Amino acid sequence: MIGVGKAKQYSNVLDKPLSKGKQEVSLSAFSFLFSELVQYNQTQVDNIAELERRLEDAGYSVGARVLELLCHREKGNRRETRLLGILSFVHSTVWKVLFGKVADSLEKGTEHEDEYMISEKELLVNRFISIPKDMGTFNCGAFVAGIVRGVLDGAGFPAVVTAHFVPVEGQQRPRTTILIKFAEEVLRREARLG
Amino acid sequence: MDTNDSLRVASLWHSMHAISQQLSPTVGCSGIELLEADTFDLHCFQSLTGTKFFVVSEPGTQHMEALLKVIYELYTDYVLKNPFYEMEMPIRCELFDLNLSQAVQKDRVALLGR
Repeated sequence: MIGVGKAKQYSNVLDKPLSKGKQEVSLSAFSFLFSELVQYNQTQVDNIAELERRLEDAGYSVGARVLELLCHREKGNRRETRLLGILSFVHSTVWKVLFGKVADSLEKGTEHEDEYMISEKELLVNRFISIPKDMGTFNCGAFVAGIVRGVLDGAGFPAVVTAHFVPVEGQQRPRTTILIKFAEEVLRREARLG
Repeated sequence: MDTNDSLRVASLWHSMHAISQQLSPTVGCSGIELLEADTFDLHCFQSLTGTKFFVVSEPGTQHMEALLKVIYELYTDYVLKNPFYEMEMPIRCELFDLNLSQAVQKDRVALLGR
């Protein structure tokens, strides 16, 4: 008989387990949507700094939700309390889920104690975007910086996160670096925990 | 060839293409695909939306249709997905130029063996 082994019926929709969902989204669909996001924000602002802030804020909301979702799905509701723990969570798990691969590298800043850098040869969001010359150092990676800030803030590690282009010799396109600068209290807490 | 000249050629070609579509003796014609002259060949590709891509090459060059299809793909990727490109304006996208010269270079190497 067909359908003998039926799935367990849930009386309440809230009792159903969260589905994994579709793992893949069309890159073109995302690129068009992101392009429209940038264009929409461009019409609302007067200068580039404002545009960057808006993209970051958009990413912040994504980051906060991604943290909740991934903590439940991937880590079995365990909370990261150490700095390196949360950084490697962002570098591997978050990147894997959002962009399909782990970030290229995670480095500690040499000049300041509170700076860490996640580098990527080319951010997925920037793949089809060419910044016109008159926009200077604007980077659409500000969206990704916002995502990272959302994740860190939600996990209890307040930080200032920015995206920068770093020119690399031998390559025409510059590398992108997400610079994470943690707040004072995070370092103090980390020192206390040993 | 500077921007003004390109605009002039493009508008000339657009009008010729439209006129030829009306004048054509064959039924269901969609416009000029190939123009052969003494010193050059002009291959044209029209997308479903009516955007036309044309390539001016040396007489007798092969495989230009394939090149035009590649260029169409590059256009949809690096120009249309770029938030800083305004429709109908001349294309000033770094990535598009980069990939375009790479595609033409690859084509040249494949065809001429150098």
